[in-house]
Amino acid sequence: MVPLSYYLILSVILFGIGMFGALTRRNAVGILMALELMFNAVNLNFVAFSRYLPQALMQGQIFAIFVITVAAAEAAVGLAIVLGLYRNFQTINVDEINLMKW
Amino acid sequence: MTVTHVVFFLMAAFTVGASLLVVLAKNIVHCAIALVFAFFGVAALFVLLDAEFLAAAQVLLYVGGITILLLFAIMLTSRISAGGVKIMNEQVGISAVVVLAIVGLLAYANLKGFPALVPPLTMADNTASIGKLLLTTYVLPFEVVSLLLLAAMVGAIILARREREKD
Repeated sequence: MVPLSYYLILSVILFGIGMFGALTRRNAVGILMALELMFNAVNLNFVAFSRYLPQALMQGQIFAIFVITVAAAEAAVGLAIVLGLYRNFQTINVDEINLMKW
Repeated sequence: MTVTHVVFFLMAAFTVGASLLVVLAKNIVHCAIALVFAFFGVAALFVLLDAEFLAAAQVLLYVGGITILLLFAIMLTSRISAGGVKIMNEQVGISAVVVLAIVGLLAYANLKGFPALVPPLTMADNTASIGKLLLTTYVLPFEVVSLLLLAAMVGAIILARREREKD
């Protein structure tokens, strides 16, 4: 099988890409997409460890299921907030929404 | 170089490419489509790691659910064909530096810090053991997460609802 570190490095790369997107995107939906990428990277990490640790107890996969569930809840609430923002500001570019910024 | 290696590298390259497209593409709809491919790539890697149930859940929830939700939000909010619009804010340089530093650090720690683990050869039946664990050992988190989903659903409805006209 492929060594564990291959999976970990792939996961780090995916996480970095997602983080870059979350830091630089102007569109709020784009930021949510980058967040989903980061969730996926973390899940990959969990599942890889769950496969490679010697006990084979599946905790990693169970935790990944919970991460997926919470990510779904986060996406639903996040998109509702985006819709609310659009209704109030007629834009979803996060750098133009600076009403409460000092 | 076995078949597993070849499949792993193919899927890894596919996933990283799709993810880069998600972050860098100009048109936000293209980003959503690329996101579908990134999710499929991760699902394939789950299959490679003997996690068939998670791969199926990934395809159902992410590809079928979250991407559709994102596409709805895109259609409802942005003017799609806005050509020449800046897609990134002015923190690109500093963000790239920070991200490269973190990725480099984690990759270095990963190469230095871990002993080479040898995976156990046989795995129990994946879906059956996940189901058993969810209803025995992890039954409390399971119920809590269902409550969380209910709360998120109600919250999303209330947030997205049009406010009633005040008369």
